[in-house]
Amino acid sequence: MIEMTHVSKWYGNFRVLDDCSLTIQKGEVVVICGPSGSGKSTLIKCMNGLEMFQEGKVLVDGISVGAKGTNLPQLRSRIGMVFQNFELFPHMTVQKNIALPQIKILNRSRAEAEARAEQLLDRMGLNVQAQKFPAQLSGGQQQRVAIARALAMDPMAMLFDEPTSALDPEMINEVLDVMVSLAQEGMTMAVVTHEMGFARRVANRIVFMDKGAIVEDAAKDEFFGTPRSDRAQLFLSKILQH
Amino acid sequence: MGFDFNVLVQHKELLLQGLMVSLQLTLIAIVGGMVLGTCLALMRMSSLSVVSVLAGSYVNFLRSLPLILVIFWFYILTPKIVGHAIDAYSSVLIAFILFEAAYYCEIIRAGISSVKRGQVQAGLAMGFTHLSMMRHVVLPQAFRNMLPVLLTQAIIMFQDTSIVYIVGVRDFLTTADVVANSTNRPIELYTVVAVTFLVICFTASRLVGRLQRRYAL
Repeated sequence: MIEMTHVSKWYGNFRVLDDCSLTIQKGEVVVICGPSGSGKSTLIKCMNGLEMFQEGKVLVDGISVGAKGTNLPQLRSRIGMVFQNFELFPHMTVQKNIALPQIKILNRSRAEAEARAEQLLDRMGLNVQAQKFPAQLSGGQQQRVAIARALAMDPMAMLFDEPTSALDPEMINEVLDVMVSLAQEGMTMAVVTHEMGFARRVANRIVFMDKGAIVEDAAKDEFFGTPRSDRAQLFLSKILQH
Repeated sequence: MGFDFNVLVQHKELLLQGLMVSLQLTLIAIVGGMVLGTCLALMRMSSLSVVSVLAGSYVNFLRSLPLILVIFWFYILTPKIVGHAIDAYSSVLIAFILFEAAYYCEIIRAGISSVKRGQVQAGLAMGFTHLSMMRHVVLPQAFRNMLPVLLTQAIIMFQDTSIVYIVGVRDFLTTADVVANSTNRPIELYTVVAVTFLVICFTASRLVGRLQRRYAL
């Protein structure tokens, strides 16, 4: 479903992505990890064209992200994205955050969009918060609303960019639980995260990045058993010792 | 020498008319200036360098001129360009809109830059086009952030309308001046003008504070 081949990107002389190739099949959950500054976020932002690249090719559902004629807004509306800092729209209620994009982008009726919002808020256990503004919610609640907002567009795949990094520890699990249930329902997911517990539970594959390059792309058991690269072994030993 | 505030009552209607002209001028110039200013701000932030340089030159040019010069210049120049005389009111109105737009452009540009980059990314990632993302995500937040500055600019604008005196538009101050000369009561008339300006501007700035607290993000 998502296919990146030999993608490279430079900021001036600095190479942020170095010949990255990665395929994510329908229904697959791929966790992308690595030290900070290794290009993980940039990599998944290339999947919906939020970041552009100078070399290589990215195909999503057969559509080339970097090609000139591509209708990027339309393609993006079919890929959900969840950000580290939630990025809910602060001037709209929770309900409107979820309903407005459906109305403006998918041309759904207001009633239809609000019904879908209600259904998703129910699922997140947040229906009582519908009329509140994002600033009135906790970080964990905001992130679940952000996931609901993305799901309301009925995306074919979801991209998560460090969805729990900005959360207080006691709120991480409520967000991870939602992501686990999504994974179990067969959602195609690319997740940038350091949550190795999450990776162990639901990931099909783990991708390890360092200095802009994909150093390791392995099935979960293989990765946690015996990572082939020294760099990945070192990284794992650092984050798993606690 | 005693004060005679009776002249005010006698010329009440004339003075009120003058005040209305001032308020109307302020309102139209604000709305016109903001619409044009928003367009200029979007142009200045455009990735097309021709467009942004054009808008930038306009803003820098007008901001380097004193308002009184722009009004005077426009008043004298416009008839030469359009080929026939235009009334002083239309002339100052256009001058005000063009002048204010340059200031509003900078205020609006700062407001737009104050919206976090992540909001832009989130809007685009949802599938909004660039324009509808600006319309639904960035501009509503930008306007909330710049509300205090916008309204302060409006208050300054209201005070600046008195400059139209130089081309003889019958605004509040000019009317008061005419009445003062004909009745020989300048102290009473100018005092009333001063108090009216004080009351309106003070009330408006209190209102700004309340709005700011209410709509702050």
